[in-house]
Amino acid sequence: MKFLHSTEGRLAVIAAVVFLAMSALAPDRFLSVQNMTSMAFQFPEFAILALAMTVTMLTGGIDLSVVGIANLSAIIAATILTQVTGGGAGIVLIAFTAAIGVGVAAGLMNGILVANLGLPPILATLGSGLIFTGIAIALTGGSAVMGFPDATAWIGNSTVLGIPTPLILFGLLALGLSLLLTRTGFGVKLRMYGANPLAARFAAINIDATLIKVYVLSGALAAIAGMVVMSRANSAKADYGSSYLLLAVLIAVLGGVNPYGGYGKVIGVVLAVLTMQFLSSGLNMVGVSNFARELIWGSLLILVMIVNTWRASGRRT
Amino acid sequence: MSTLWTRNETLVALVIVAFCGLAALSDPGFLSVATLTDLLRGGIVLGIFAVGALIVLISGGIDVSFTAIAAVTMYVTAMVLNALMPWMPWWAALLIGMGIGACLGAINGFLIAVMGLPTLIVTLGTLSVFRGFMLTFIGQKQITTLPPGMREFGRMMIVRGENADGSFYSLHAAFLVTAGAIVLTWFILHRTMLGRQIFAIGGSVESARRIGINVRGVQFFVYVYVGALAGLAGIIHASMARVANPFDLVGLELSVIAAVVLGGARLAGGHGTLTGTVLGVALIVLVRNSLIVLGIPATWQSVAIGVLILIGTGLPAWQAKRAAAQAA
Repeated sequence: MKFLHSTEGRLAVIAAVVFLAMSALAPDRFLSVQNMTSMAFQFPEFAILALAMTVTMLTGGIDLSVVGIANLSAIIAATILTQVTGGGAGIVLIAFTAAIGVGVAAGLMNGILVANLGLPPILATLGSGLIFTGIAIALTGGSAVMGFPDATAWIGNSTVLGIPTPLILFGLLALGLSLLLTRTGFGVKLRMYGANPLAARFAAINIDATLIKVYVLSGALAAIAGMVVMSRANSAKADYGSSYLLLAVLIAVLGGVNPYGGYGKVIGVVLAVLTMQFLSSGLNMVGVSNFARELIWGSLLILVMIVNTWRASGRRT
Repeated sequence: MSTLWTRNETLVALVIVAFCGLAALSDPGFLSVATLTDLLRGGIVLGIFAVGALIVLISGGIDVSFTAIAAVTMYVTAMVLNALMPWMPWWAALLIGMGIGACLGAINGFLIAVMGLPTLIVTLGTLSVFRGFMLTFIGQKQITTLPPGMREFGRMMIVRGENADGSFYSLHAAFLVTAGAIVLTWFILHRTMLGRQIFAIGGSVESARRIGINVRGVQFFVYVYVGALAGLAGIIHASMARVANPFDLVGLELSVIAAVVLGGARLAGGHGTLTGTVLGVALIVLVRNSLIVLGIPATWQSVAIGVLILIGTGLPAWQAKRAAAQAA
């Protein structure tokens, strides 16, 4: 029973239960190859955003600008793709690099605001998120940018050896992040700062540099998510994925990441993502509306927080 | 003197004066009664929301669900009054709205004060729960025929007049409700024991607990009070717009918090003034209504608000950090 005492263990059980329940509700449709493939194409975009959120939450912060960064970098990439003609696959590479560059720059701005200027992460990323979204609106006038070369669709819509490319991308990012958090000095410093900022300072950790790296990493991940969204939607728009912000917070918290900082595992986030996608697809098949999904997500977020708080206080006494 | 100049209120007031000065230079017609009444009108609903957000911030929490509370309240009230008691006068509609809002706020209060969950996560969750519940189980269609009481309230004006160029201006009676909410909140914060306790909890929960403050009770009150204010704002919004649209209001929450934070309230709790909040709301309404007068296209609106938030919160944060470094 020790398995059940860890957050991740309980999550694995929840994911399995949701999977079985949905399979029982709509056996022929939920278990079909078609559904499995479409799920594998759907979740990586918000799962990558959830990874970005996780990194900042581990330091006790939050990044409310992830969706703004994703959309802004997608619009920059889209503008390059539509304005420069005749480059072929090369131009796609340039556009993607530019998008990641935008994500890194945006993250650097967040990092400086949080680390050097000492703004609370909620306010810093709330303000910068408005700015990123605002620039995206101002650049496009609020309309969608479309008409990309065919090579753009590769990242979001193709398969490699039968596995959807976005899923492979998410897998690599999750694995990379997991290694970064558990096997490097940066990961240890980051979690130390999240667990106890004062102790981290007394342990002579360069806090400012660590925080800046955290927000840059978050920005870069958000930009990659933006690329997946752009490629799948075959367009870029300033208000895409606005519901993903709540979803990213929800997944991180559901995955056992402590919003006060210090604790969280990538495997937990992955399990949480799977749970959400099973729930979402399954409910879709039974004909539940998008609004009901919002209701269920919100309830789940609160429920998970209650359970986690109970367990935490139970351990203390 | 130095404290006066470094205060957020002074900063925001100066920005407002500069904004109006520049606007008057580029369009002499800007300084008119019509502009003023437009601004006051724009500040009615935002102002009530902001007062609620202020009291939560002072208590050391954050609430993003109040727009959803307002949307649910106005929709449910309009629907129930239409179906069951259309004879209700306008003030009863406002009271019913406050009651529904207070009940929804009590859900936040229970989760935060009794269960001890983090405020941002809880209210993010209840935001989508309230909205999702309304759109799934209550309805998604606009209510275009409001109950008679709300329609009557929608037509009430304090002043009405005609400009030199023949256009009309008017100030809605709901402005008095906003003013009342501000006065009531001022009274609670500065003339009651409860107000001192809210500041104390925002300053340090642990210290407040040790001097014998009922932390849970005070926190619970704060979220119920904010819910009631949000419900009130929802009814006013629907009455003034003459339609109850369930898709309205949600999405405004971050602008409201931005206004309050601009006015000097701190996310860490324990600090915040009503003067600052009113000035912050005025600045946000100015930016939303009149950015175009300065020759900046309306599409740059959210960039402007974002920049204002970062400057308004960054300056004091940076000063505090510098002061701390000097002290060490």
